Amino acid sequence: MAETTSLRDAVAQLVHDGDTVALEGFTHLIPHAAGQEIIRQRRRDLTLVRMTPDIVYDQLIGAGCAKKLIFSWGGNPGVGSLHRFRDAVQNSWPVPLEIEEHSHAGMANRYVAGASGLPFAVLRGYRGTDLPRHTDTIKTITCPFTGAELAAVPALNPDVSIIHAQRADRAGNVQMWGLVGVQKEAVLAAKRSLVTVEEIVDELTPVPGQVILPAWAVTAVAEVPGGAHPSYAAGYSERDNDYYAYWDSIGRERDSFQRWLDEKVFSQEVAK
Amino acid sequence: MMSVAAARALSGGQRVFVGIGLPSTAANLARRTHAADLVLVYESGTLGSKPTRLPASIGDGILADTADAVISVPEVFNYWLQPGRIDIGFLGAAQLDRFGNINTTVIGPDYASPKVRLPGAGGAPEIAANCREVYVVVRQSRRSFVEQVDFITSFGHGRGKGDREKLGLPGAGPTLVITDLGVLRPDPGTAELVLTQIHEGVTVEQVREATGWDLTVAPELTTTPPPTEAELTALRELKAAR
Repeated sequence: MAETTSLRDAVAQLVHDGDTVALEGFTHLIPHAAGQEIIRQRRRDLTLVRMTPDIVYDQLIGAGCAKKLIFSWGGNPGVGSLHRFRDAVQNSWPVPLEIEEHSHAGMANRYVAGASGLPFAVLRGYRGTDLPRHTDTIKTITCPFTGAELAAVPALNPDVSIIHAQRADRAGNVQMWGLVGVQKEAVLAAKRSLVTVEEIVDELTPVPGQVILPAWAVTAVAEVPGGAHPSYAAGYSERDNDYYAYWDSIGRERDSFQRWLDEKVFSQEVAK
Repeated sequence: MMSVAAARALSGGQRVFVGIGLPSTAANLARRTHAADLVLVYESGTLGSKPTRLPASIGDGILADTADAVISVPEVFNYWLQPGRIDIGFLGAAQLDRFGNINTTVIGPDYASPKVRLPGAGGAPEIAANCREVYVVVRQSRRSFVEQVDFITSFGHGRGKGDREKLGLPGAGPTLVITDLGVLRPDPGTAELVLTQIHEGVTVEQVREATGWDLTVAPELTTTPPPTEAELTALRELKAAR
């Protein structure tokens, strides 16, 4: 059964230094509040996994939480670059950042393999690109039936996966809907999982197209209203597009980023 | 002009894999002008989105709210893109070379310590491999139009005709490149990109100036007809709607 707990306690219990951690959410339902709690608890040497590292990973990387990033597209969507990510890759600031780079199709299939209990996934991908020369988790495999050459990528099994969803009930069953990205796979692939939700309700009412994660497939649930901001939660909030543009001015320089960290993250204790 | 030219390249009920920015503007413009039944697929997991305004990102809620179906990201790539169910893939590029290979990963020869670190691959390598055709939309300059890309993120035509077949890539690769100056197409014999069309008011000399290789110009060079009143109105409406 999923434990219902506070965000602070959940991160303290589930995320350890040196862990491989995935925070997923494809534009929609990105667990920003959980990312900032990881920064606040000063986790170090994390291997961060995410298909689209955007603002929340720029924050984690800039705060020095990560030693490695496994990803397929890193940018501030519709705005430009992630300057903290760039600074870490190009100048090793605040600490060097190792990268393991894939395509979306490769990452999605790595989670699928992880969730399926398989050691690797097969896809028709990467051929002709320079990615396999730099990423040793991309190999070629021959189909035993047709002889076709395909790409093989190893399963991703994070120590902990964190996602944000709309609702959970008191038992810890989780309901999410709208753009569900790769979140279900990320949770099922992980050893431990945390789902932050907009609200905890007595009873879940069915919603068209919903995904349910049963309580027994989730480690912990924490109620964090607005926990996706500046991303959004369909049915609860709109995406804060201005914030994505605003982040460019914060993240661009080390000083402004440091000030932002002190004012917006370290000074804000999340209620127990 | 670039959005209008890109919109005109789309027709009928084609299934289009759409990225944010120019491709999304062009696809939505086409849907509002001459191609009402165009099927828009976004990698965030929406099939058949019919947004009433320009989405602010590929994961804008309006894309899910107006879609025929909302699916997971693994499903987008495995069930819909990989088997060749998508007609046109629309890609941008930081660098594009004379054979239509695309770089969105790093600028500079050294991957480990790049001059500029770009966002990376995203969905592009498999879009370039598996869509029946690929249209590239990119602003043309000597920085973006290079002899050879520093990093092949998405395979175009390799070093010439036949390279895609050798690798077993199912799609035809880049068949059209639309820039702010004109339109290029691969030469049927060599697969090298050739200037086939220039936008009104642009000279061939200007295009050569903005190309990092010795550009071949098609003998039957045409001029892009200027935007029609209907296209301009639809574009303005699209940009104004929020």
